[in-house]
Amino acid sequence: MTARTGARIKGGVGESTYRSDGIPKVDGTFIYSSDMYMDRMLWGATLRSPHPRARITKLDIGPALAMTGVHAVLTDDDVPGRKTYGLEHPDQPVLGSESVEYWGQPIAVVAADDPEIARRAVDAIDVEYEVLTPLTDPIEAERLDSVFKRQRCRRGAEKRRGMVAVEGYYEVGMQDQAPLGPESGLAVPDGGGGVDLHIATQWTHIDHEQIVACLGLADDQVRIHHSGVGGAFGAREDVSLQIHLCLLALHTGRPVKMVYSRSESFVGHVHRHPALLWYRHEADADGVLRRVEARIVLDGGAFHSTSSSVLSNAVYHAAGPYRCDSVSVEGVAVKTNNPPCGAMRGFGAVQSCFGYEAQMDKLADAIGMDRIEFRIRNALQRGDPLATTGQVIETSMPAVELLERVRGMPLPEEGASEDPRLLPGGTGLTTPGASVRRGVGYALGLKNLCFSEGFDDYSEARVCITPFGVEVHTAAVEVGQGLGMILTQIARTVLGIEDVVVYYDDTSKIGSAGGTSASRQTQMTGGAVLEAAKMAREIALTRGNGDELDDAGVWRGGELVTPMSELVGGKPIEYHIRFHHPPTEQPDENGQGNLHVDFAVAVHRAVVDVDQELGLFRVVQIDTVQDVGFMINPRSVVGQIEGGVMQGVGLATLEEIVIEKGVIKNPTFTDYLLPTFLDAPRIEVQVVEERGAFGPFGAKGVGEPPTVSSTAAVVAAIRDATGLELNRTPVRPEHVALAPVQAGRHP
Amino acid sequence: MRIHAEVNGEAREFETKGSESLLFVLADQLGLPGAKGACEQGECGSCSVMLDGRLVCSCLVMAVDVDGSEIVTVEGLGRSGLHPVQKALVDSGAVQCGFCTPGFVVAAAALLDENPVPSSDEIREALSGNICRCTGYGAILRGLDSLAGNR
Amino acid sequence: MEVIRPADIQEAAAALAENPGAVPLAGGTDLMVEVNFGHIRPSAVITLRRVEEIQELSRRRIGAGVTFRDLETGDHRALAQLARTIGSPQIRAAGTIGGNIGTASPAGDSLPFLAGLDARIELRSAARGARLVPWDEFFIGVKQTSKRPDELITAVLLPEDLPDRQEFAKIGQRSAMVISIVAACVFRWRGGRTRVALGSVGPTPIRCRRAEDMISNERNPGESALDEFARIVSEEVRPITDHRGTEDYRRHSSGVLARRLLERCLAS
Repeated sequence: MTARTGARIKGGVGESTYRSDGIPKVDGTFIYSSDMYMDRMLWGATLRSPHPRARITKLDIGPALAMTGVHAVLTDDDVPGRKTYGLEHPDQPVLGSESVEYWGQPIAVVAADDPEIARRAVDAIDVEYEVLTPLTDPIEAERLDSVFKRQRCRRGAEKRRGMVAVEGYYEVGMQDQAPLGPESGLAVPDGGGGVDLHIATQWTHIDHEQIVACLGLADDQVRIHHSGVGGAFGAREDVSLQIHLCLLALHTGRPVKMVYSRSESFVGHVHRHPALLWYRHEADADGVLRRVEARIVLDGGAFHSTSSSVLSNAVYHAAGPYRCDSVSVEGVAVKTNNPPCGAMRGFGAVQSCFGYEAQMDKLADAIGMDRIEFRIRNALQRGDPLATTGQVIETSMPAVELLERVRGMPLPEEGASEDPRLLPGGTGLTTPGASVRRGVGYALGLKNLCFSEGFDDYSEARVCITPFGVEVHTAAVEVGQGLGMILTQIARTVLGIEDVVVYYDDTSKIGSAGGTSASRQTQMTGGAVLEAAKMAREIALTRGNGDELDDAGVWRGGELVTPMSELVGGKPIEYHIRFHHPPTEQPDENGQGNLHVDFAVAVHRAVVDVDQELGLFRVVQIDTVQDVGFMINPRSVVGQIEGGVMQGVGLATLEEIVIEKGVIKNPTFTDYLLPTFLDAPRIEVQVVEERGAFGPFGAKGVGEPPTVSSTAAVVAAIRDATGLELNRTPVRPEHVALAPVQAGRHP
Repeated sequence: MRIHAEVNGEAREFETKGSESLLFVLADQLGLPGAKGACEQGECGSCSVMLDGRLVCSCLVMAVDVDGSEIVTVEGLGRSGLHPVQKALVDSGAVQCGFCTPGFVVAAAALLDENPVPSSDEIREALSGNICRCTGYGAILRGLDSLAGNR
Repeated sequence: MEVIRPADIQEAAAALAENPGAVPLAGGTDLMVEVNFGHIRPSAVITLRRVEEIQELSRRRIGAGVTFRDLETGDHRALAQLARTIGSPQIRAAGTIGGNIGTASPAGDSLPFLAGLDARIELRSAARGARLVPWDEFFIGVKQTSKRPDELITAVLLPEDLPDRQEFAKIGQRSAMVISIVAACVFRWRGGRTRVALGSVGPTPIRCRRAEDMISNERNPGESALDEFARIVSEEVRPITDHRGTEDYRRHSSGVLARRLLERCLAS
């Protein structure tokens, strides 16, 4: 069977089509989860712990319940089912009862007539604490065996030694996903003991699984509808207010809406794990990498979330996309009283990359080799085993081509501009052009695609050909990345029918599509739609007795033999599929095995202007080449790459949740600084389209690789400009201006 | 308290309960959810509206203070087809999650009203109060550069 | 919540006298943050956005209701420079200099300008009329001023003898929309008189009087005098460590910034 190619249909794959939600998003009519209103709707609010660790000695909801306009105040006693939830391990209480283990942990929830009354009711709850000393040091936590998981990868001879060795320790701060849309949702009781939840999430079915368990309801009593999502980046993988909303709606019998404030959002979702890393790299004098040793400590915070998987990923990616036959990596994810950490774009690979790419520069310098040349010499290629897990790479792995391409991209001119918008310090007018030194840094990063380690990764989709066009049904979540457009393009190309609409079904109407995470939806739900559309086409050709299909109907030998109205007038054609990617394995005791289904690589070159005296810098330009398999929508691929790079630049230069004794000191956008328009570098994007192993038309996921190595590249550029070691990210002004005072600790 | 204001060219009235923001009232009372709340403190620009001809953050305007004022929201910009800024942002792929987009639309329209041909750097500075988390700003700049005739 | 809409400043002052708990509301950019976070729940507000007397802007008198957007294009170079760095365009369109003064944050961007020029703050009450308070008697601690509860800030008055050169700079971690880690103003008159004021390096704006004395005697300061000037500025500031910056960094960069601003004054 041959599918039609994009050239033959308008809006098919390979074309930069426009997204269907574009116009409602620019004219303000697109409805996000925070925009929903219903008659008789109540507003929810949450009481949170003001201490990172404490025993609750008194919890009296009476004063809050007595307030006019307050309809419910719920605590742990009101959780009818399982008292805890969690993505991989249900260890987090729906509402803290006897004790609290992190600052901001929910203790009670309120429903009231308006948000102000709800807030006042939260303040009126009488709660007393016996404050305990929090465990906030990850090294101390490991010593006390307060550990979520240990993971190691051991491969090859332990004594293999190169002629040249470099060591270093590195530290990555806690980054926030900071999606602009705060956590929000609306729960609506169905009158029969069940509930419909409209929510901004990344995976409706995994929410559903946790919600029904905690509510003690049957699967069919709860329906999760994904509503407009204002960005995600990992922040919406874990449950935040989902269960609370359902509890309040069921308890009051009325719709309940909740919207987190920004400060609440900072404690309402998990963050990127802060990391302490130690590395030792050895190579021969001719530049062949001989041994990589690493130790990685991730602070998982108070509850498990996805710490185990993030740790595994950090360990499996610890050597990067480089060949090496002798590897030893030890990783640990510890449990502390810091804010819980979990998924964020890059998922462990970001932390490792910051370490191994600094090491690759150091090692190249120690050998006396050009840094790019050294990377090319050791870059992983198809057919090589991954240094850590030993898995032979069977997907496209164009790392060498990436490095060669980025080296050839033109560098920006050294500007003599005195325009402050082009200088470090920006409109603060701190820096004359003469105080600026330019640096250039490179980093190459590796990222696995889709779920790994034997996880049953699948996506369901249903493709229907009706007299009114094609319907694509999925439970996959569009978080803004443009999935709807991708699915539309795939269906059009396969079916030859232009009129395609994507329906985001609730959890009762279709099975799981898996999470919008791990760069997986283009390959997984895209793969499901591809296969379902192929089958629907086969059915149409058989039913219509022809050899071609388009909007008009079925054709044979260039003649329309079965018009669409006749083809599907009586009965639509429908095909439902559960699409699995090729199976993966669980690791053995040394972290070996075919753990991953696919990989992508990206390279970044950062050009940074530095005012060393004041420690200020401006990222001038990022040049990047990314391995994308095939671009289903080129404009959208570029958009993903630019956005992902920017989040990496943020981690290099600005973004860190500052924690003191378990308390977040900067839970606002005044002090958690996201890059502004004036902080944005020019980003030059190139891609390598070498078809991947199993994605539709050879496409690979593109969301995460831009974030994996851009941070490392920017910090490398600042090192280049200053000659400083800078082993911690984000780089703060004092790290540059007051060198050699350095942050960071040996793990 | 009863407040009267001209919103998107129409005389509107609404009731305030206390010190709530114009942002809250737009969605809660006036059926205009276009302006978006993302930080409650004027640090993201998502709630940008025009108040008496000036670009402001509606989260920082106390609703009682707009009595007698003229307000234009994102919904008021594209009433006779898309505003050129709206079209440019769709065309350049500047919309991803879109949560910041209404704020960018209002702020960019305000900029172009004052300065129809801003340079790229003028665009970047004028929009430095609007945070976008998805796009890295590249597609936004390309869209607005095309309107301003910049390369 | 009661809303009082005075027609003029007299009415406003009278309203404040009658409603001691009432909160003045001008641009709202500081107040509404507190309201949105639930830190303040005002029982009454006095709206000032349309009170004309406080919109007055002349060379030596800046009405409290003048917005930073208007000051961005004003006569005073350093004031225009600092206005450009305050919040975002949206904040500058609403936020007023009176509000910045009243909030009295150590990081208030207009404060070093006022300190360096020995500005006076005009306060008005229904009972006692107007009074002028020198800046160093007005700012008395972190977010603390000597303004009495029944007084409104109505204007800032600048001295007759304005400097020939004035320059401002502010260090923040990002290129726009940022709270300062250090902000500085340097003023220089023909003849050498120099004034140096910094923000975010003490509970109130800091004047570096020893550095001023030292450099005012240098008609054409050379490298060593500039170094010495920077060193003394670094000594005179009183910074602390917080999540925005360390004490050491603030001390170091105060000197660097003051020196660079002085160089700008000398070059321009």
